[in-house]
Amino acid sequence: MSEPTISELKEQIRKYELQLEQEKLKNMKQREKITKMSAEVVDSNPYSRLMALKRMGIVENYENIRNFTVAVVGVGGVGSVTAEMLTRCGIGKLILFDYDKVELANMNRLFYQPHQAGLSKVEAAKLTLQHINPDVEIEAYNYNITTVDNFDHFMNVLSTRSLSNGPIELTLCCVDNFEARMAVNRACNELNLNWFESGVSENAVSGHIQFIKPGETSCFECAPPLIVASNIDEKTLKRDGVCAASLPTTMGIVAGFLVQNALKYLLNFGQVTKYLGYNALLDYFPTMSLKPNETCSDPFCVKRQQEFKLREEQRLREQVDVVEEEKVEEVLHPDNEFQIELCDEGEDLPDLTKNDKNKNTGVKHAFPASVENQANEHDASNEANEMSSIPLEDLMSKLKNL
Amino acid sequence: MVDEVTKKTLASIPLLKTKAGPREKAEWPDRLKEEYCALIKYVENNKQADNDWFRLESNSDGTKWWGKCWYIHELIKYEFNVEFDIPVAYPTTPPEIALPELDGKTAKMYRGGRICMTDHFKPLWARNVGKFGIAHAMALGLGPWLAVEIPDLISKGIITKNENVGASGSA
Ligand SMILES: [Zn+2]
Repeated sequence: MSEPTISELKEQIRKYELQLEQEKLKNMKQREKITKMSAEVVDSNPYSRLMALKRMGIVENYENIRNFTVAVVGVGGVGSVTAEMLTRCGIGKLILFDYDKVELANMNRLFYQPHQAGLSKVEAAKLTLQHINPDVEIEAYNYNITTVDNFDHFMNVLSTRSLSNGPIELTLCCVDNFEARMAVNRACNELNLNWFESGVSENAVSGHIQFIKPGETSCFECAPPLIVASNIDEKTLKRDGVCAASLPTTMGIVAGFLVQNALKYLLNFGQVTKYLGYNALLDYFPTMSLKPNETCSDPFCVKRQQEFKLREEQRLREQVDVVEEEKVEEVLHPDNEFQIELCDEGEDLPDLTKNDKNKNTGVKHAFPASVENQANEHDASNEANEMSSIPLEDLMSKLKNL
Repeated sequence: MVDEVTKKTLASIPLLKTKAGPREKAEWPDRLKEEYCALIKYVENNKQADNDWFRLESNSDGTKWWGKCWYIHELIKYEFNVEFDIPVAYPTTPPEIALPELDGKTAKMYRGGRICMTDHFKPLWARNVGKFGIAHAMALGLGPWLAVEIPDLISKGIITKNENVGASGSA
């Protein structure tokens, strides 16, 4: 028999660590599950202060929270805190997605602890959250949602894994990359599910949350993502040797905004924000509404817009008396002003000292919109056209054997 | 900054026509053929310019890609495995190119060895959604990344020719 390799041994150790972690938690004193939320103010009732919201007239029916299923996609700096807040609030069910492992490099953020290094984030989070509140049902998926196989599974989970085996009530996107946000957007447009996008800038000093109701508000693909301008001159922003910075403060604040609005949406109190930004350097919080783009490149978004329009017409016919036109600021570019195929720079960051079109809103697009009109065909493209009559298998072996 | 050389390289790679991802079952086979044509052209161009620097192949449905890339520094060839999946929202979102062997060795990477694209990659990709493909991602993403990071990693002693499999391989 051959000796195990280092990576096999590492894998084995990881399994033992996870088992040990589970055993430790089992041995810790854990409270019994509570079948019905009570408002009784005794020191053993974890829900008394939450149920007080009802007595104070803020929330009509707090116990409803136990009926809801929320998915948290990405349980890093923002997602883990989001999941903890929902757990402490007594949410019915949480579904966690992530494919990352806990690392010591994450310890500048909240939630995870050094002894969890090496565990998968979703497994580590599940153990901690179950210990905090055993009433919450937690499902964890340790995979990357952007690959074709996983995406189908992801869509299936969102549409069937609520407490009543139907579509879940809300998805909170807490990922750190464009690819995963776009995957959540496509899934929610297709399944017609409401979700919140959240983000923290790579320089850690701004963030935002955005509520996306397919067809009713701008989706993530309707326009390039809106980010809060940090008003730092691009030239003084040093990126040497690192991809991103992070602060537990900014991440905690964004998670707080996110869960606050998730609670308002689920429990039906207050006003749910459409877009809320945070500029940490100026303590500035821009808010706005975003209309969907009729020419959005996701056909499911366009379909949802048509459905919404019909619903709205129906609603207006039914209650002609109460027509309240909400005055919202249009921030989408009405037409595509970017006609350049190759360009060196993205949109400039607004400079506070200059008059800038973004000055009043404090937000900007992460990058310019794409150019739909075809660029001039050049010779290389025509050459490729000739090749396209060749069967795929031949092209595959040609590339392989070059 | 996209330099003149990269601009020239980009201009010589055929633009793609079919804007479709792997979930668009009807159009994806056409897109995949275009991807292969553009890659073949790009590799041929590289060979002609004596700058051959990668090979790629994919599974039959074109959703998973892998291969090798190499970088010559002071006459020594450093070779690395490359891999990536085609994301569901491709080509709206670019592939996330990864060099798994370098995972944890440089801060210019995200988890799993996915390389950190420059600020210029995303705007450029966004402007050319549908027209840019895998060959463009290699030219605009991985190529410049290797040119900056590999000499740096060598100078820091993080990668050495002895532990590099391809160091003694054929050119
Ligand atoms: Zn849209």
